Formats: sequence, structure tokens, C-alpha cells
Amino acid sequence: MRNPQLNKHGELQHLLTLDGLPRAIITQILDTAAPFTEVAEREVKKLPLLRGKSVFNLFFENSTRTRTTFEIAAKRLSADVINLNVATSSTKKGETLLDTVDNLCAMHADMFVVRHESSGAPYLIAQHLENTGRDHIHVVNAGDGRHAHPTQGLLDMYTIRHYKKEFHNLTVAIVGDVLHSRVARSQIAALTTLGVPEVRVIGPKTLLPTDVEKMGVRVFHSMEEGLKGVDVVMMLRLQNERMNGALLPSPQEFFKVWGLTAEKLALAKPDAIVMHPGPMNRGVEIDSAVADGGQAVILPQVTFGIAVRMAVMSMLGSH
Amino acid sequence: MNIHIQNGRLIDPANKIDAQHDLYIVDGKIAGVGTAPAGFSAQRTIDASGLVVAPGLIDLAARLREPGFEYKATLESEMDAAMAGGVTSLAIPPDTDPVLDEPGLVEMLCYRAKKLNRAHVYPVGALTIGLKGEQLSEMAELVEAGCVAFSQANTPILDTRVLGRAMQYAATFGFRVWLQPLDIFLAKGGVAHDGEVASRLGLPGIPASSEIIALYTYLRLARQTGARLHITRLSCAESLDLIERARAEGVDVTCDVAAHYLHLSDMDIGYFNPHCHVIPPYRSQRDRQALAQAVADGRINAICSDHTPVDDDAKQAPFSESEPGNTGLELLLPLTLKWAAEYKLPLIDALARITSEAAKIAGIAKGGHLSVGTRADVCIFDPDAHQLISRSMLKSQGKNTPFLGLELPGKVRYTLVEGSVMYDTQI
Amino acid sequence: MQLPEADQLIATLAESMRPHVSPDTCLVGIHTGGVWLAERLHALLGLSQPLGSIDVSFYRDDYSAKGLHPQPRGSRIPFDVEGSHIVIVDDVLYTGRTTRAALNELFDYGRPAQVDLAVLVDRGGRELPIAASFCALTLPAPLPAGQNLQLERDDSGALTLRLIHA
Repeated sequence: MRNPQLNKHGELQHLLTLDGLPRAIITQILDTAAPFTEVAEREVKKLPLLRGKSVFNLFFENSTRTRTTFEIAAKRLSADVINLNVATSSTKKGETLLDTVDNLCAMHADMFVVRHESSGAPYLIAQHLENTGRDHIHVVNAGDGRHAHPTQGLLDMYTIRHYKKEFHNLTVAIVGDVLHSRVARSQIAALTTLGVPEVRVIGPKTLLPTDVEKMGVRVFHSMEEGLKGVDVVMMLRLQNERMNGALLPSPQEFFKVWGLTAEKLALAKPDAIVMHPGPMNRGVEIDSAVADGGQAVILPQVTFGIAVRMAVMSMLGSH
Repeated sequence: MNIHIQNGRLIDPANKIDAQHDLYIVDGKIAGVGTAPAGFSAQRTIDASGLVVAPGLIDLAARLREPGFEYKATLESEMDAAMAGGVTSLAIPPDTDPVLDEPGLVEMLCYRAKKLNRAHVYPVGALTIGLKGEQLSEMAELVEAGCVAFSQANTPILDTRVLGRAMQYAATFGFRVWLQPLDIFLAKGGVAHDGEVASRLGLPGIPASSEIIALYTYLRLARQTGARLHITRLSCAESLDLIERARAEGVDVTCDVAAHYLHLSDMDIGYFNPHCHVIPPYRSQRDRQALAQAVADGRINAICSDHTPVDDDAKQAPFSESEPGNTGLELLLPLTLKWAAEYKLPLIDALARITSEAAKIAGIAKGGHLSVGTRADVCIFDPDAHQLISRSMLKSQGKNTPFLGLELPGKVRYTLVEGSVMYDTQI
Repeated sequence: MQLPEADQLIATLAESMRPHVSPDTCLVGIHTGGVWLAERLHALLGLSQPLGSIDVSFYRDDYSAKGLHPQPRGSRIPFDVEGSHIVIVDDVLYTGRTTRAALNELFDYGRPAQVDLAVLVDRGGRELPIAASFCALTLPAPLPAGQNLQLERDDSGALTLRLIHA
């Protein structure tokens, strides 16, 4: 089975996941992103790469933040951006996902940025575009269910490379609700592909996926053990509804055991950086002193996120 | 009509026959095997050179989608599929709409099916009213109307006391209870086998324990109540040990597996292929091998199709939102032959799983064998021909199978029901 | 064809520019040959403003046909474009499309007072109404399209012009 993200020349056709994406392509995206970071400092914050192209932000699940970063990225590339909040429109009227896609194709879409609550939804769209001979339309996964959030994973890699230069000598810890996290899955895939020798996950057993160690990570349940000597701490967001399914007793207990405090962070290397995909729950997964502290690189992550998304879109739009 | 089927390799597992024998049919019944009955003259002769002449296949689980889901399939379309698949007897699960929990409904289904004059239909009645797991259905009446057993289809009974009593009541009459083992709390929200693949794809998992724990409950209640149990659609290796242990303790328990589970594992989900969304889920490679081995050595009694036609709209959705199920009537024979070839099993043993053994479970005395005097349901197929599985070749209204685009062995040439040729590739 | 020494051409180019530049004139080299050339001119002319560089990958008009350069290096404009005198520097002037892309990009940084173009060689074959303000060598006849003329730099930093037949 051909990797549906690559075209027959091995170039990026869609960005659906980082799992199985060749290292050379991940590196190419990071390299391409670098020059885009300075565009924001210009008088005219725009490049003409996607001039005349229509990018549809197709969000079946609300996320103002992610949608905005994609919108900014597309607009900096001079694309026309159309935001569709499908969570409140067509599917509620009984239209199928593929009907929606067909309709937008008829409006001459060039790119779909898709957020969906079901794992694999962007694959369905990509597959459908291929089956209907619309090879010129590209799909960017902006987060599907628990499966993948590839641009978040890439911007995290960009951030790590920015601060740590190399990947081959790092120990990275991913902390919290790995089970429900598409971000964690994309991070694990990218970190292992880029040659990070030790990727750790830290969390309660109820929030770690079955057989998670087969993804190439070391499993820890204690922060004290897991944070020891790490170069990068990647925090995950804890959704409040996790208290419902008998996964956790309370946010308070979670914070006490797995919340990142200055005290726990002191176990990591002194120059360790702290990352978070946002939006943060202060006092649940991270203490304000850490979130606002000198080791946090959470805001640079957001800035780099735009450059990385510009890189992905310009690479997709170039063939 | 008198029919002479000549030059074929006759395989009749029930009578342990695998030989070059001609078959003679008179007035819809088998009149002679190997030797013509006195005074026989054929009105039609079928040349079965190079073909296998077998009893019409018996499928322990075929959803025809009537009543209630006619947009997915109809009796007409699915009967065509059965004929093309060489299947002449169908056990129908009760999860229609309305549910098969009333004698009138069962009679209507049997009547509609009989009028179509193709495969024989054997409804499996609902064990509880509306499959709700609260009130017992009128089992004695339902059997009179035509039901051969009772089941909950894919809807387990939550209240174990109700389950125990339902089994007890069925045991009063010696009716067999067919149950699919599933603890719905453990399986809640799940869409794929809880393992490495589901974890990587971010698909909510259904753990093996959801089958094993429920199975243990059913077996233990069967031992206590003396109920005759048939376990449907096994998916886990560990379940096999439980069943063997129960058998050793004297529990009357049979079991089946659906044909596609002998070939697919969770790895086949690939890039979220919705055709691999089934309940129970395709499990690990190790489970698949254990199931395939267990059918080969007879621990699993029968192979069924678990035929579940699903319309394209319901399948073309993100994996979790797609409707589970596979179309299967036309693949029952090919997938069984493919499995038999992989396990180097004699054809007679392989065919037993979809003829004589299946007939025993469903209590079908008149089908599943070619004894003289029985009704002439016959499947004549070419074991060496391969055919490409495509949307257009499938007669079923459901085109939902992960085998689309693949070549499978075995092509049905003729299907006879009570001595009438109902499917004939020569025409 | 015998190509002249690059160093000699560079000296000629610098001399032709000298009367027209002030210490505040800004040089912007186009990647890659133009940047090397701009570094030399910057030294020869004794300019005080830091050197700028432009990678036109993001502005090329053949982007949709040829795709993105696999490793764009990005642009660096370390001075205020607004109201300044800028000389765009490139090794070879050919169709004029690169110059147009560089001009477009430059204007996204601000509105310069004046922009000039300095090139080592004009090989002819223009497809846009663009001309160099300063040029060390104009070929007597346009080079055939199949040939590629470019500046190369060896490990010691020495520059040479090279003609490559495709």
C-alpha cells in the first residue's frame, strides 16, 4: 500500500501524519520553515507563493487557536482563506463529510486544512480526492481524533532544533494524557524519526495507550524518575472531561502527582526547555511559575508554528 | 425435473464421501449417489467435469436487512448473492427492524423468503423482547413460527440474572442459545482491537478481555443452567481455551468464526480502511492464526459469513463513524477455500465447516448433506478457478468488503435448491 | 568563447559604480553568485551599511511550475529599506525575471528612494523591460538558451565565470 501522503515521485502530496513520513521530508519542512520566520518582521508580511489559491479551513471540531494559525500562515503566503466551521453547519443538516468536500471542490478549492474529531478523517478526504482524480487538491491534517496533529509535531521539532541544535543527543519527556493526545502521537513519531535516542512518556496508567512502548518510548509513571536528566519537557493538555470516564480522580490529584512545578523541573537538566501545545490549564498540568518561567518556550512555539505551517503549505502548493 | 450431474468430484462431508460420483435428482430430492435409481431418465444433464459437487452451503449468520433496512439490502438482492455464493440455507440474526421477537414477524419473513423460492431461511429469534435484555421472548411460539435458535445478535444482555434465566428457559425446551461474547462496558466507544495498531492510529480500543470475560460468564451460566450454547463470531485466541475447558466440564457448547477473521488482523486496517471496521474487531496476527488453526482441528465447529451489507454512505465515513460489517455471502466459499489451502486441509474437512457442521448447529436436518432422499440443495463449484472480487461481480447490494480488488479461489458454477437450478454461470 | 577574468570584471564594475554611490548606499546580493559579488563590491567601494541578501525562491513566477527550491536560504535585509538608495547585485543578467522577483521582494520591506541594478555580465535574452544600471561586460550576441553562464567560487574564495552547456 502506497503511503497516501506522498505522490508517485515521493513528494509531499498531503500532510496527514508524521508516522512513517521519511526523515528527509521532515528535515526539508524544518529547513524550509527557517526563512519564513523573518517574514513577520517585514513591512509587508506577505509572500506571493500561494497567490490566487484558495485554502479552505475545514473545521469539524472547534479550535479557534489552531484555525487562526493556519489562517495567518495561508494569508502570509497570499492565499485566499475561507473558514468553514462545519461543526455548526452542514453535517448537522445530515450532509456527509464527502458531500461537503465535493461541494467545496466545486468551488475550486486548492487546499483543505482539516480538523476532525474522528481519527483518520483526513485520510478519507485524501482517498476520495485521489479516487475522483483531483490530484491538484491537497489536504493538511490540522488534528484528527487521537491520531495525529502533524503541524504541531513539526513546530515542536522546529522549536527543539532551535534551542538544542541537534536531536541525536537528547532525552525528551512527554508528560500527561498521552492516551487521548494526537499531539503526543505526532511528537513521538517525529522524535523517533529524527533520531532522538530516548523518548519518555510520563503519566498514570489510565492515560497511556496500550502497548505504548512499541512506539519506541520508555514508560515512566513517576515525574521524579521520568524527568531526571531530560533536555526537553513536553507537557500535554489535560481535558477536563477525563475526570468523567473514571480515568482520574481529580485535577488536584493530577497536579500533585504529574503537574509540572519548579521543584520537579529542577530534576531535569539545568538548561532543559519546557514546551506546551496550548491552551494551558494552569494549576492542572503546569504551574504558573514554570509556564511563565525562563525555561518555558511556549510562546516561541506559537511563533514558529506559523513559519512551519507556511513551509508545509508552500511545499504542498508547489506541485 | 430429473437432473443428472455427471463426471464431478462429489464431496459430502456428512457421509464421508469424496469420490468421482454422479448425482441423480428426482422431484427435488437426491435419488441416487454414484448409481442411478431404477428407471431414471434425465431431463437435464449437468457436466461437472473438473468441478466439485457439494451440498449447498449453510451460513450461520446472514443479515438480509429485511425488515427495516431495505436501503442497505433487500431479500431479493441478498438471495441473489446467496445463490451466486452457493449458499442454500441461511440462519438470519434477529437484529432487524422491528426485531424478530414476534411469531408474526418470523412467519412473514419465512413467507417472503419462501415466495422468492431461493435459499431456505432459518430465523434465529430474539432471546429477549426487542433485544433489550429485560423480558423473555415467546420462545416456544417462535420455534413454531420457524425459529431454529435464539440470540441477542450484537446486543448483549446487561443483567446477568436475565441472561441466566433466558438460558434456563431455553434449556427447558432444549433450544440452543446463540451468543456473541461482548462486555459492552469494556468495549464502550471502541472501534478496533486494543493493541499496538489502535494505539498508533489513535482509534479507541476494544480489549480482548471484553470477549473473554463475557464468554466466561456465558459458559459458567450454561454449566449452571444446562443450556445448549452456541458462541458466535469468536475473535480471540484465549477464548478457545475457555471453550475447551467448558467442554471438558460437560457444557454443550459449539462455536463459529466468520470467514474473514481467518485472513485478517488489525494490521489490515492500514490507513483507516473502513471495510476493516467490524465487530468484534480483527485482532492480532497471533489471534488470527489461533482461530484458523482451531477451525482446522475442529475446536471451532463452523465458519459463517456474518454477512452484513452496508450502504456506501454508511461506510464512507471516518473509521470510527463508519458502520461496522462486511458483505460475505459470496465470499464464504472462496475465503474457506483460501484458508483450507493455507492449512493444507483436505477439501472434505474444509467443506464440513460450511455444510454438515453448520447444519448440526442450526438443527437443519434436511440440508448440509447429500444423502439419498434428502432435498437436493447442491453447490457445484470450480475449486481451481480464481476470480477478482469487484463491486460489479458482487450480487449483494452491500459492496463493503476489504477483499475488493483481490483474487480469491473457487468459483460457483451452479446452485441447486430443491432440485431446481437457481444459479448457472452458463446462462 | 574565452571568458574574461572575474576579478578584472569586478574591478571594472566597482569603478563604474563609484561615482554613483555614497557611503550610505546599500547593496543587496541575489543568491548565490550575486551575494559573492556584492561582498567584493562592498569591500572595494568601502560602504558602511551592512550587506543585504535576497533569495528569490519565494517570489519566482515559475513557482507553480518548478516548485519550491528544496532548501531556500531566505532573505536578509539588515538595514531600513524606507527611503534608502539600494543597488541590487547579481552575477548575470538574463531574462530579467530574477530581477523582477528581487524588486518585488524588496518592496515588501519598505519603499526605497532609488533602486539600481549592478551585474557582472549581461548575456542578453531579456523577457522583461529591465536593464542594468551598471554592467562590466555585455556579450556581443545573446547566449543560446541551452547554455548557462554563472559565477563560481572555489574553496579559497576565488571567483570565476563558467559557461555550462546543458
